[in-house]
Amino acid sequence: MPAVSFQSVSKVYPTSGKAGSPPLKALQDVSFDIEEGEFFGLLGPNGAGKTTLISILAGLARATSGRVLVHGFDVQQDYVQARRHLGVVPQELVFDPFFTVREALVFQSGYFGLRNNDAWIDALLDGLGLADKARANMRQLSGGMKRRVLVAQALVHKPPVIVLDEPTAGVDVELRQTLWQFVADLNRQGHTVLLTTHYLEEAEALCQRLAMLKLGRVVALEKTSTLLANATAHVMYFKTDQRLPPALAALARVTGRIVELPAQDPAEIEQHLAALRQAGVRAEDVEIRKADLEDVFIALMGSQASAQRARAQEAV
Amino acid sequence: MNAPERPISDAIAAAARAPRLQALPAPNDGWKMLLRKEVLRFWRVAFQTIAAPVLTAVLYLLVFGHVLADRVQVYPGVGYIAFLVPGLVMMGVLQNAFANSASSLVQSKIMGNLVFTLLTPLSSWNWFVAYVGAAVLRSLLVGLGVYLVTLLYVAPQAAAPLWIVVFALLGALLMGVLGLLAGLWADKFDQMATFQNFIVMPMTFLSGVFYSIHSLPVIWQRLSHLNPFFYMIDGFRYGFFGVSDVSPWLSLGVAATSVAAVAALTLHLLNTGYKLRG
Repeated sequence: MPAVSFQSVSKVYPTSGKAGSPPLKALQDVSFDIEEGEFFGLLGPNGAGKTTLISILAGLARATSGRVLVHGFDVQQDYVQARRHLGVVPQELVFDPFFTVREALVFQSGYFGLRNNDAWIDALLDGLGLADKARANMRQLSGGMKRRVLVAQALVHKPPVIVLDEPTAGVDVELRQTLWQFVADLNRQGHTVLLTTHYLEEAEALCQRLAMLKLGRVVALEKTSTLLANATAHVMYFKTDQRLPPALAALARVTGRIVELPAQDPAEIEQHLAALRQAGVRAEDVEIRKADLEDVFIALMGSQASAQRARAQEAV
Repeated sequence: MNAPERPISDAIAAAARAPRLQALPAPNDGWKMLLRKEVLRFWRVAFQTIAAPVLTAVLYLLVFGHVLADRVQVYPGVGYIAFLVPGLVMMGVLQNAFANSASSLVQSKIMGNLVFTLLTPLSSWNWFVAYVGAAVLRSLLVGLGVYLVTLLYVAPQAAAPLWIVVFALLGALLMGVLGLLAGLWADKFDQMATFQNFIVMPMTFLSGVFYSIHSLPVIWQRLSHLNPFFYMIDGFRYGFFGVSDVSPWLSLGVAATSVAAVAALTLHLLNTGYKLRG
C-alpha cells in the first residue's frame, strides 16, 4: 500500500481573484503514488500547484475531483485516521503568541488525543535544539527557532508520513543543513517524507524520486537518478559582458554576466566556443560541469513553455 | 536578548535514536485540549477579558443608578439600581461570550496559527464544544464578577434561582455560538467589529437592560419582541424578582429556539469547512 496516493486530483477555483476572471485550474488530473519509506520531492515554479496539492493532502483544502489517500485512508472520508498518519510543516512561520514552546507542543499533542506524551516532547525538544527554549514564549524566538518548533509540532503525534512545504525558505545555511540532517535521519528510520523546495540541489541530494508540476499538471515523475541520466550531459559556464550571437542566445541561460550553455558532448562545446570566437564575444572563467537537477528543471519547464507556445500558434 | 542558538548537530543523533515514529491509536478526546487552550487564552489576559468588563458594568451601575435611582421605579417594590443589576449581569454575559469565541477564531485566522488546529483530527463538534465552552466559561465569570461587585450597592435577591442559572447558560450559549459564527464569517478584525458594533451592541442595549419595555411606545415594544436578547434579559430578571415583562416560559422557548437555530447553522458551516478549508 502506498504511503500517499493522489488519484486524478483536480482543483478549480471559481475565479482567479479578479472580478469576472475565468475559473483558475490550479490542479489538473494529478495522479501519482509515494511509497512507504520514500523521500519524495515535489518541484515546480511558483503557481505550479505544489501548495494546493499539499493543502488537499493535509485537509486544508478540498479537491474539486479525485481523491487522496494516506496509508489507505481517504483524507476526506477517513480524515481522522488520515491526519493521524500525517505531520505537516507549513510554509509560513506561524505561531500562537499566547503560549510557550512546551505548551504549543502539549496542545498539539492533545489535539490528537495523546496525553502523557512528555517523554516524546522532551526528545523532540532535545533533538531540535529547543530544550533551553521550552519555557520561552513563542514571540521571543528567532525565525530559525520558530521553524524548529514547526517541525516539532508536525512530529508530536509520531506520524509515519512527514510533509515539508518549503521548510528552508528564508532560513540560514546552518539551520538548513541541520534540518535536512534531521529529516534524512527520520527517513532512514523508515518515515515517508514529501518535500517541496525551491533549493533544487537539496532535492537532488535528498529525494529518491521527484514529481515536477507546471500549471497544475505533472510534467515529470521519475527517479532522481533517471531524470539526471536523461538530462543534457554537460553545461558550459562562462562570464561575458557582450551580447551573444542569436543562435547561442536561444540556447543559453543568462543570469547577469553569467552564461550557461547545454552541450551533449565535447564536439558541441567546441562548436559553442567557435561561435563565440566568430561573433567576437570574449568569454571569461570558462568551466565545463556536469548537468544537475536545476538544468533538468529548466529544460523541462522551458520545453513545456515551448510546447505550449507551439500549440497556441497551431491553434491560430 | 535571545541566547545564541546552539548547534543542533549533536542533538540530532539523540533524536535519531528515538523509537521509530508511527501513528498511535488514541481516544478522540482532543476537544478537551482545545477547550483548555481556549480557556488559557483568555485567562492569561484576565485583566482585559474579565476585570475590564466587570469595571465597565459597575460604571454603568454607578452612573445610571446615581442619575435615575430617585426618578424611576420599574417594578413595584424594586429599586432602579436593583432593577439594573440583572440587566447588567446579562449584558456582561452576552457581550463577553460573543467576544471570546469571535476574537479567538478571527485572531487565529489572521495570524495563520489556525492551521495547527486544522491539521488535526478534531471534528466539527470538537471545535464547537471547545470554542463555545470557553466562551460560556468566560462570560459566566464576567457575569459572576459583575454580580458580586453589585452586592456592594444592593441586597441580593433571587426569587427563582433556577431561572437565573438557565437563562445565564442560554444567554452565554447563544452568544458563544454567535461569536463562533461571526468568527467563521469574518476575515479581518474590521468585519468582526462591524458584527459586534452594528448588530450585537444595539441588540443588547435595546433589549431592556436599562428599562422595562412597558415604558416604551407601542411600536418599540413590538420591535423589542423581535429581539431574542430581550427574552434572555427578561427571563433572567424574572429569576431575581419573580416579575417580568413577558412569561418566563415564552422567554425560555425563544431563547432555546434561538440557541438551537444558531447552533445548527454554525455546525453546518463547520462541517462544510466554510472559510476554513478552501
